[in-house]
Amino acid sequence: MSSVSTSTRQRDVLGTSALRPDGGAKVQGSFAFSSDLWAENMLWGATLRSPHPYARIISIDTTAAWKIAGVETIITHEDVPGQLTYGLISSDQPVFAKDFVRYMGEPIAAVAADHPETCRRALAAIVVEYEVLTPLADGERALDPTVAPIHPDGNVIRELQIIRGDQSATGPIVVEGTYELGIQDQAFLGTEAALALPDHDGKGVDVYVATQWLHEDQKQMAACLNLPVDKVRLTLGGVGGAFGAREDISLQVHCALLALRTSRPIKMQYGREESFFGHVHRHPAKIWMRHHADADGRIIRVESRMLLDGGAYASTSSAVLTNAATHAQGPYKCDNATVYSYAVRTNNPPCGAMRGFGVVQACFAHESQMDKIAAAARISPVEVRLRNAMETGDLLITGQPVESVAPVARCIRETAALPMPDELSPTPDPLELPGGSGRTADRQHIKRGIGWGVSIKNIMYSEGFDDYSTARVTLQDGVVTLKFATSEVGQGFVTLAPQIARTVLGVDQILIDPMDTSIGSAGSTSASRQTWMSGGAVDGACRLVRERLFERVGQQHNIDPLRLAIDRTDVVDTMGDLRISVAEATLGQRFEETFEYHHRPTEDLDENGQGNCHVAFAFVAHRAVVDVDTELGLVKVVQVATAQDIGRALNPLSVVGQIEGGIAQGLGLAVMEEIIVDNGRVQNPSFTDYLLPTALDAPVVVASFVEEPDPQAPLGAKGVGEPPCISVTPAIVAAIRDATGKDLSRVPVRPYDICL
Amino acid sequence: MSEHEIYTLRINGDEHHVKDAWIGESLLYVLRERLGLPGAKGACEQGECGSCTVVLDGDAVCSCLVLAASAVGSEIATVEGLSPDGSLTDVQQAFIDEGAVQCGFCTPGLIMAVHHLLDHNTTPTELEVKEALSGNICRCTGYGRIFAAVDKVVSVRLGASQ
Repeated sequence: MSSVSTSTRQRDVLGTSALRPDGGAKVQGSFAFSSDLWAENMLWGATLRSPHPYARIISIDTTAAWKIAGVETIITHEDVPGQLTYGLISSDQPVFAKDFVRYMGEPIAAVAADHPETCRRALAAIVVEYEVLTPLADGERALDPTVAPIHPDGNVIRELQIIRGDQSATGPIVVEGTYELGIQDQAFLGTEAALALPDHDGKGVDVYVATQWLHEDQKQMAACLNLPVDKVRLTLGGVGGAFGAREDISLQVHCALLALRTSRPIKMQYGREESFFGHVHRHPAKIWMRHHADADGRIIRVESRMLLDGGAYASTSSAVLTNAATHAQGPYKCDNATVYSYAVRTNNPPCGAMRGFGVVQACFAHESQMDKIAAAARISPVEVRLRNAMETGDLLITGQPVESVAPVARCIRETAALPMPDELSPTPDPLELPGGSGRTADRQHIKRGIGWGVSIKNIMYSEGFDDYSTARVTLQDGVVTLKFATSEVGQGFVTLAPQIARTVLGVDQILIDPMDTSIGSAGSTSASRQTWMSGGAVDGACRLVRERLFERVGQQHNIDPLRLAIDRTDVVDTMGDLRISVAEATLGQRFEETFEYHHRPTEDLDENGQGNCHVAFAFVAHRAVVDVDTELGLVKVVQVATAQDIGRALNPLSVVGQIEGGIAQGLGLAVMEEIIVDNGRVQNPSFTDYLLPTALDAPVVVASFVEEPDPQAPLGAKGVGEPPCISVTPAIVAAIRDATGKDLSRVPVRPYDICL
Repeated sequence: MSEHEIYTLRINGDEHHVKDAWIGESLLYVLRERLGLPGAKGACEQGECGSCTVVLDGDAVCSCLVLAASAVGSEIATVEGLSPDGSLTDVQQAFIDEGAVQCGFCTPGLIMAVHHLLDHNTTPTELEVKEALSGNICRCTGYGRIFAAVDKVVSVRLGASQ
């Protein structure tokens, strides 16, 4: 995809590829990320973490550390003034470990000192005596009721079953498989960082932090700090990517506590290794699926058992599980289902949100199964998906009707129509072969394969959560000022929000106030929800302001305001001659409105997993072409073609950025990214050992937008962030199977899975 | 900290005196925390991601792997020196125009790497661009828009020179 025009637009309204307002600062290195913040008289904070996945803490001796020159304070669980735990859904994670550490890297203490090196030495001088325990490292054992709980809340975080239709329905085709996914890390580039500034009276704190949800952090922090919520004021520090890893608390409470304790500003910034331990990851999963289909390959029933390992603390595991289980059918018609799913607690790394949120796991399983159905029915991977493609109005296995636009067949057909890559040259440059700059592959061992993946993804939060976003719009003297607490993590809401205001209000000069907790919550930048939710809030507030503007102009010119409209940058009488620029009409005037956007309510699931638990859905198809060196087991993803259901392209350039970026992350899960854990111990917490796609690994992406505006979406647009990274992973694995004939059932696919 | 040191670094043509620094500090740390030049970013501390790329005596290097005190006597160029008057270079402008910036954390390092590449190779092939940038990790964009930005600069420069 290389033809998104940014040069022909005239006004940066909706539908144009408006450019990022923060682009100039970001290319010049002057954009202030959280890690760039600094304050006079500032100290550095750092965290002591457990080297053991499971141990009883016998004692913590900080005496020697206190004696190091430059150390200002050391805090442990004894110094937490409020609630001792936090958590997004259940408060089960200690601010500092007290009696037990339950995962490798769990925080035990924090220090504040004059220099990062002083911090490091102080942490090394803290003596913790442990009784090392045998970790619960196997998710299956966590389900065994005879295994002792590793946490007071027990080892099963959630069980969810979905029972629908005829439980014995079957057909001439029965295919099954067990699929596994390793732990993927979000690996945002800007590691966790914050600056905390205590009030002079020690009864409040300002915190600048990179987060996905300012108000949720504020609520959890206030409880732990034992401060009123309004005394914990958060401002978004520049965010270097998120992808789910900034939904949970990491250093927020520690940093604020150190600041309150020392009465000095505290800066904390994780290094890369600490970042691997400091945030939750994508759940590793083991999924068994069995499909029953008729002779034509039409699905009759899906059965599944899913096990997601949530690691030591609950985080969002229960919601991730809902997503995995309720998406077991994929984007296909399916009347009968039997799904048993479990999210369990172990002494493995804690897992929670990552782009795709449970659906990535389900999709790898159902798409692998679709190819098995196709093989049994002797039809192509495309044909089996077209025959089963879901349509608007179809029912999910939860009984929920898909009211969203569901152009599944169109996504598949448009993907299939995209051009294929050139054949590999007989004498290729070694750089374009599997292994890239390693220059190890041999042309004669290379086989090409093609694979498919299609997915359905819920967008926004589920299961009865009354989600909302708040925006305030001020129009004065022809200038609009926008205020919201929406976390800009790189996705481009700071580009979109002014586009909305320009479109609705006919103003070109738009200012964005700092994102902070002085306005109501915007909810989280996750679940592909901000274009819909915060976009809806900005749109709503703009419309209220426009109404006020029309009232004013109507009064002045003795015209019914209902006759007025915005035409480019003017207010016009749709039935007369009046035309006045918005700038002129608002001179000396100030209109300000706040709007809270709520999506339609959702329901909890009943005991059979039935209920309208999701808000809306987005669909996408991926076709992957790979070259595989069958002798070395190396894979090069040559091209990914995709047609994505986006509703409406509000900013085509931003959409392409999400599509290409998501595909790269899905590629990472398919062939290289995994946090390797051995009996609870993380083996590769670094960018040397945790492999990320580089410029040489990136495939050519050819993309097509499927634009059918969603009637329920305030701007007609569906969120576009998550779908790109979901079905691309099974598409790539299917392509490797096609090239090698191997029955690959685990991601990431490792070289030895192919060549041994 | 004890183990203090006083030395002078030459950065973007200007002399910067570093006082009271611990001798173990990396060039990245000194640039960011002592000299008010936070353009280079720290993301891996082991030379894998390229976010901290600066140009040292003509070579693009990871400043996290360079001891600051060992850079005495070298010419150091950082992203801040590219556009001292606030104007943008063609590479910077192309990154904005082509959508190569999302979260932006990798961006300053990539800007330095692209300038370095094009200073040495005015007409790189697609594979030469990919290899030259393969030491700069970007987690947001999937690189497509970054390649588009480089292509644009190359073609505009070629057009201007013809």
